[in-house]
Amino acid sequence: MQNVTKNHAELATEFNKDEERVDWHDETLWWVRQKRDKAAHQLPEWEYLRDTASKIKENVLSNLSGYLQQFEENAEKNGVIVHWAADAAAHNKIVVDLLTANGITKMVKSKSMLTEECHLNEYMENNGLEVIDSDLGERIVQLAKEPPSHIVLPCIHKKKEEIGDLFHVHLGTPEGNADPQLLTEAARQHLRDTFLTRRAALTGVNFAVAETGEFVICTNEGNADMGAHLADIHIASMGIEKIIPERKHLGVFLRLLTRSATGQPITTYSSHFRRPRSGKKIHLIIVDNGRSKQLGREDFRNSLKCIRCGACMNTCPVYRRSGGHSYHSAIAGPIGSILTPNLDMEKYSDLPFASTLCGSCSNVCPVKIDIHQQLYKWRQVIVKNGYTPKSKTVAMKMMSFTLSSPSAYHAGGKVGRWVLKYAPFAINNKLNPWYKQRDMPQPPNASFGEWYAKNRKE
Amino acid sequence: MNIGLFIPCYVDQFYPGAAIATLQLLEKLGVNVKYPKNQTCCGQPMANSGYEHLNGDCNELFIKNFEQFDYVVAPSGSCVLHVKEHLHSSKHPQEASVISNKVYELSSFLTDVLKVESLPAKFPHKVGVHQSCHGQRGLHLSQMSELVADPFSKPGTLLNMVEGIEIVPLNRIDECCGFGGTFCVAEEAVSAKMGQDRVADHLIHGAEYITGVDMSCLMHMEGILHRRGSKVKVLHLAEILNAG
Repeated sequence: MQNVTKNHAELATEFNKDEERVDWHDETLWWVRQKRDKAAHQLPEWEYLRDTASKIKENVLSNLSGYLQQFEENAEKNGVIVHWAADAAAHNKIVVDLLTANGITKMVKSKSMLTEECHLNEYMENNGLEVIDSDLGERIVQLAKEPPSHIVLPCIHKKKEEIGDLFHVHLGTPEGNADPQLLTEAARQHLRDTFLTRRAALTGVNFAVAETGEFVICTNEGNADMGAHLADIHIASMGIEKIIPERKHLGVFLRLLTRSATGQPITTYSSHFRRPRSGKKIHLIIVDNGRSKQLGREDFRNSLKCIRCGACMNTCPVYRRSGGHSYHSAIAGPIGSILTPNLDMEKYSDLPFASTLCGSCSNVCPVKIDIHQQLYKWRQVIVKNGYTPKSKTVAMKMMSFTLSSPSAYHAGGKVGRWVLKYAPFAINNKLNPWYKQRDMPQPPNASFGEWYAKNRKE
Repeated sequence: MNIGLFIPCYVDQFYPGAAIATLQLLEKLGVNVKYPKNQTCCGQPMANSGYEHLNGDCNELFIKNFEQFDYVVAPSGSCVLHVKEHLHSSKHPQEASVISNKVYELSSFLTDVLKVESLPAKFPHKVGVHQSCHGQRGLHLSQMSELVADPFSKPGTLLNMVEGIEIVPLNRIDECCGFGGTFCVAEEAVSAKMGQDRVADHLIHGAEYITGVDMSCLMHMEGILHRRGSKVKVLHLAEILNAG
């Protein structure tokens, strides 16, 4: 579209230059989708669970300010220090100020897509502070100086040989060795040292329970726990939409989250944090960063129900064949395509168009977000705001004129002329994107309308 | 029962065979079918590109062409879904809403309204069935692999009435072919790759024909089959149900 940087179609074209890699990426994520199907099909009440989760979140979004205040009050009663951040800059400043005030220069961080959204790592580095990601996948992309390409599987775009090369350079593993066990052990030793020596740990938050003021963090590696328990200061960052009303609702979400994400019945660690241990501190940062604006967009507010399972990415035939980086945003895939235009409509104006509107994303979503419907609606909003190329608008106006007039349509249609004129795939040359890898249909001698006029009398 | 036959623009121009088969099939089943000659398009190409607001005249024309019928039937899940979800009119809101409720995709019209239980069709070939997304996930013509629910298929029920047909299994029973309207040119690389992968699934399972309820998906897969020099052909569901 009108981005200074490359748009989704251009980045996807680059990704598709290596077809073998595209096939591998597609098959890997399809395998995760199949694991999700298997896990879901083991629960006869699956659709009822999705429906319940969606309704709980509906209630949360309709009463968000009340639940947030209830949560804050209960968290403070528990001895947690609560901070509010209106945007990414405010969030990052709170983190850096906390570290600076405590004379800390190095922090360990478990997975938090919110900090990716806020570009916290970059901000810390610019302030001379070190941050090490402790989720294995995140550590790998951090070493590669890349953003995560998937919210649950951050380095799913990397083959084990590439990880072996990275670890050889950064962690001193033997050159050319891509044995997963050896690489995991090297990461484990490296991270263990990090856990033991860091006085501050930042984690994300999966669920914040208004009723009790506790919050829950789900990981498979236990890295959030290792960081938080060994550090003096635990900083937890959460978006305002992470609230659930009562602890009993966790049962619904914990059952859905990992079955949807990876096909596991539950995450290996579902850790509840309620109050700091003696001598330790818990700081909780509650971040808006555009969420209240999205809440005010009637057509798009349900996107805030998202629990970040990544199922929509795994099922998306476009995501699987374009890779997470083609979405050039912290959150890729279908859900990213409906969340990010809210943050910067011009920059992300291409994303709602990076879909065939097949609807598979909405069907796997554990909280029943109408993702593909929202993609359609974002397209309308983006066009109305003028973030589409003028040439497309002109073509669409001409097409609309032709299709609104039977005589213009018939006149043009007789020799398929209207298609040749207004549809770009009608000319068989290299500039025609359809023709590059596909043949045009053979035009028939007569249209159906012409056939009907000859063969059926009124 | 008066049926208005709605033939999508690209079917009218490129695939008259699918439209003729639809007409003949409905006539065979004894219903009164008329094709309003002033019809053009449902407006989906504009709407899916973000220009739904340009569809005012197109919508009025659609209403004028089809308001007098008991049912409107089209050999396309995608166009029917568009009419159901997005046919609006400030001048004729009531008429628009009535049409949205009486428009049917062909296979669901046969199974749900005409309640067809047998067909005199014969098609002794191996056939791969492509589940077009808008028909399947939008109109619920068949069960979707993502949902935990009992399987069913309206096109499948009809194909099972055809003598001699052999439906081939697929590895991915309902993955998108990548056509997606203007997506097929705007996102050429991914679109073509999706189409190639979908076609490959049918080919490795020995399909001689690929069928479905939407000619647009089939046009996409046909373009890939032709480019490969494959002898495998695409046929609209109506052409198989009308065969023999």
